[in-house]
Amino acid sequence: MNPALLQLPLWAEILAAALLVTGAGFALVGSWGLAKLGDFYKRLHGPSKATTLGVGCVLVASGLVFALIDKPSFHELLVLLFLFVTAPVSAHLLVKAALKHDPASRPKLPP
Amino acid sequence: MILPILLPWLMGAFALALGLNAWRLFRGPKLPDRILALDTLYINALALMLLVGLWQGSKFYFEVALLIGLLGFLGTVALAKFVLRGDIAE
Repeated sequence: MNPALLQLPLWAEILAAALLVTGAGFALVGSWGLAKLGDFYKRLHGPSKATTLGVGCVLVASGLVFALIDKPSFHELLVLLFLFVTAPVSAHLLVKAALKHDPASRPKLPP
Repeated sequence: MILPILLPWLMGAFALALGLNAWRLFRGPKLPDRILALDTLYINALALMLLVGLWQGSKFYFEVALLIGLLGFLGTVALAKFVLRGDIAE
């Protein structure tokens, strides 16, 4: 284990723990939705929203801890920015691919 | 005091999420389901890598996470383009 984790101030530890628990909860709910929901278009909701938010929370907590025990860096911000830009793009491409792969599965328009 | 106790549990939660994604990857009835499961799997693996970096106290895991993010996105785009057009590079 990393011994520098024991020297964190209490507020930073509580904030990082809350962010990490939130992130892990969102990621778990997103993956559970991916495994449980019944249709591809329903399944897409879980990962594309919840998992991205969960990883974002974990990244912010990790950046906070490393900014306190070491010097601040831009690596985690870079990963966060890249994930938040690419997640909607890949979700859009996946929907287009699913519509092309099986055109009969297109959901009906609302009345 | 909180983080050293909490981190193994969080790694377990992400391992459970990876297991659920792998189940959907093997089960998924059609090709887009499998691509979506792979997409979620690399994002969860990235978060697990960040937790391992916190546990070990090493900043090199950020580079690993950045590489996983880049290559995973490229893989998803390539697979989706293959389903869309039947070809990756036109």
